[in-house]
Amino acid sequence: MAVINYDIENIDIAWCPGCGNHSILKILKQVLIDLQKDPLNVVMVSGIGQAAKIPQYIKTNYFNGLHGRALPPATGIKASNPGLTVIAESGDGDMYGEGGNHFIHAIRRNTDITNIVHNNMVYGLTKGQASPTSNPGFVTPVQNDGVSSLPFNPLAVAVSLGAGFVARIFCGDFKESVETVKKAILHKGYALVDVLQPCVVFNKVNTYKWFKENSYYIDNNHDTKNRFKAFEKAIETEKLPLGIIYINEEGKTFEENLRIHHDKITPQYSLKPDSQHVKTLLKTFYHT
Amino acid sequence: MRNYEFTDRINIVLCGGAGQGIQTIEVLMTRILKNAGYNVFATKEYMSRVRGGSNSTTITVSSAEGRCFYNNIDLLIPLDQNAVKHLKKRITRETLILADSNIETRHNKILVDFNDIAVKLGNKVYANSVAAGYVLGLFRLDFKVLEEVVSNFFSGKSDEISEKNIKAVRKGYDEALKSDKISVDIARNTSTDNDLLINGSDAVALGAVAGGCNFMSSYPMSPSTGVFTNIAKYSKELPIIAEQAEDEISAINMAIGAWYAGSRAIVSTSGGGFALMTEGLSLAGMIESPLVIHLAQRPAPATGLPTRTEQGDLNFALYGGHGDFPRIILAPGNIEQAFKLSEKAFYYADKYQVPVIILTDQYLVDTYYNVREKDLLPSSENSHFFTETSPGYLRYRITDDGLSPRGIPGFGKGLVMVDSDEHDEAGRITEDLDLRIKMSGKRMKKLDLIKNDLIEPVFTGNKNYKNLIVAWGSNYHAVKNAFETLEPEGTAFLFFEQLYPLHELAGVYLNKAENIIGIENNFTGQFTNLLEHRFRVNIDKRILKYNGLAFSQEEIISRLTEVLI
Repeated sequence: MAVINYDIENIDIAWCPGCGNHSILKILKQVLIDLQKDPLNVVMVSGIGQAAKIPQYIKTNYFNGLHGRALPPATGIKASNPGLTVIAESGDGDMYGEGGNHFIHAIRRNTDITNIVHNNMVYGLTKGQASPTSNPGFVTPVQNDGVSSLPFNPLAVAVSLGAGFVARIFCGDFKESVETVKKAILHKGYALVDVLQPCVVFNKVNTYKWFKENSYYIDNNHDTKNRFKAFEKAIETEKLPLGIIYINEEGKTFEENLRIHHDKITPQYSLKPDSQHVKTLLKTFYHT
Repeated sequence: MRNYEFTDRINIVLCGGAGQGIQTIEVLMTRILKNAGYNVFATKEYMSRVRGGSNSTTITVSSAEGRCFYNNIDLLIPLDQNAVKHLKKRITRETLILADSNIETRHNKILVDFNDIAVKLGNKVYANSVAAGYVLGLFRLDFKVLEEVVSNFFSGKSDEISEKNIKAVRKGYDEALKSDKISVDIARNTSTDNDLLINGSDAVALGAVAGGCNFMSSYPMSPSTGVFTNIAKYSKELPIIAEQAEDEISAINMAIGAWYAGSRAIVSTSGGGFALMTEGLSLAGMIESPLVIHLAQRPAPATGLPTRTEQGDLNFALYGGHGDFPRIILAPGNIEQAFKLSEKAFYYADKYQVPVIILTDQYLVDTYYNVREKDLLPSSENSHFFTETSPGYLRYRITDDGLSPRGIPGFGKGLVMVDSDEHDEAGRITEDLDLRIKMSGKRMKKLDLIKNDLIEPVFTGNKNYKNLIVAWGSNYHAVKNAFETLEPEGTAFLFFEQLYPLHELAGVYLNKAENIIGIENNFTGQFTNLLEHRFRVNIDKRILKYNGLAFSQEEIISRLTEVLI
């Protein structure tokens, strides 16, 4: 194995001590090393928030865009050059709230990207408001009487849309998480990895201890190809299932469906403006 | 009854409900007449609905090149009773109406039983083809010319439909030959045969391809959709990716991602969609991404008049997006300019790493005329401006002119890092406030470079002028034609293809004038205000229109005459 280094020296990491983000960063680096990914061919795409800062701390290409908007540029990047490994990573507010519409349609589009969502059930950077995944009753500076809306269930939504790969990990479990994220990246098509993660400052309910006590690993008998069984797993809330919930290998990816990549992968940057193109089109205007 | 003679120009209007086939007649007639050697101009106005209502198309056939919209109708073919009412402001004492017996009017009318003829052929849906045949018959064209175009047009349909339509056209044609009341004797010019009949949407899309466009993500919205469907159509033949995004927010972010990874991307939208795109516009400004936005204007605020025209989004294009960043705004005045400027937009975007907005409107995108092929050929200035990276590559390296060489991930040995936060030279997030000042300066400095590469405004008229008429966008031909017709003494005409940044020469022209007359399709005179502000001049004479329709030739002539007295 070649020595690949994803570390950046002398950086000031803006995450709180004890934050789950540190573990997620470690998991991701290990995954990319294990998969022998050349950092030059990896693009991290993120939105805004504490989780969305992850590309700043890993030595790859990155596109740190707008809040909620990681998935559209990730789609544009992967379509423009399918040779790149594209990872869209942000927090629960970013992906499931602000970017909820993009989340739905990225799944439908089935672009070959890996969508990693740090899910700590609270807004950190804006200081403690509810997130789309906060549980009812969760009291915040805005939701004074506790959250009254039902929580967004990303796994159930993804399974209902027939997503290619749906998994949940807990950032406290390094080994298991590395294996799952690896499979997500290797999956051809859209892959969702929802990462349970405590926020040590603003979420005093869903702590490390809480996640340990309220989650379990799905056993090997689970049929990941069975959508109904997957949906049953996805909607379990008493204890949150961890691992791969659903795999759907039917259907082509977004890039495979693009004519330009039918015969061979053509990175768009390799195409120069060609004056012949307009001449070809003008001919069609003569057809009367 | 008097005879009607047309020798230089004839203004034909067809009007009916959506679904009555007005569009079909427009296509058939303009193609046939263009191929027969006439200069043809067509524009339409339509309601925001799929069936019913009143939609009309104006087809102007002339010996000279016709490039503007005339209000007054010479020949009207109403396909239903509503049409006459709908067009009452355009019917004059000179107008001749060709219609069925069931259409009542107090105006001059020749009875032609379009419906009866169609019904005899088996279905009243053929009435539009009978009407097309009738009008074409008035030109005394060889029927073979008609037959070829009609059969090609219906080639995708069943044999029966194709055959019935040809028959319908023939019946109408024969009927016209019987008439001796109307004589159309407009000089033909065989060179139009080689011209291309294209509209503004075609021109923007073709110009984009000339500029190397190979990626499009958009969300459909009238009147910008034509450009999107064109590019999607071209993607069948050419290496282009066209994707319908879930909303305009996604469309613009996808396009910026595409540019980042080496594509040359465009988005097409209208006011409301552009509103959703402004966050992305600001992102392009911050990460110094090239971007081309086609903004086809329609009357606003909010949903406004979805299928009508206006020049009301200039301020929005100028000021949309949070923060300070350079941008370029181009506004084609006609189809040739739409091609040229759309191509140029890609050059500007790529070279200066800025968003470029192509500002059109419903009138321009939906207007056709015959264009020479030589005006639709790519210029030679298009090439890539990005660079192959080396280890330690800095996406935002501070340079003397503000431009940092743009790298593409996967092309070279460097990492390409872009950040919507304020960033350092590498592209990493920073809160170093001194660096913030440097980076702001670097971004804005590009404007100085751009200012040496602007398109001059087009000046027409005597250099010793007292009055100066200024216009932009799709009013070009209406104003130019009126100016040439009136030949007003001591008056010149200044037309702008580039609205931002403004060329310094504009100030020289404006400051020489005693009276400036601004002509625009909006309520406040947005461009006139911009000129006042930028060049410290007073422009109190303004010819404005905002009822959702384009200026007609007659209207410009009459309103210009009023202010020039």
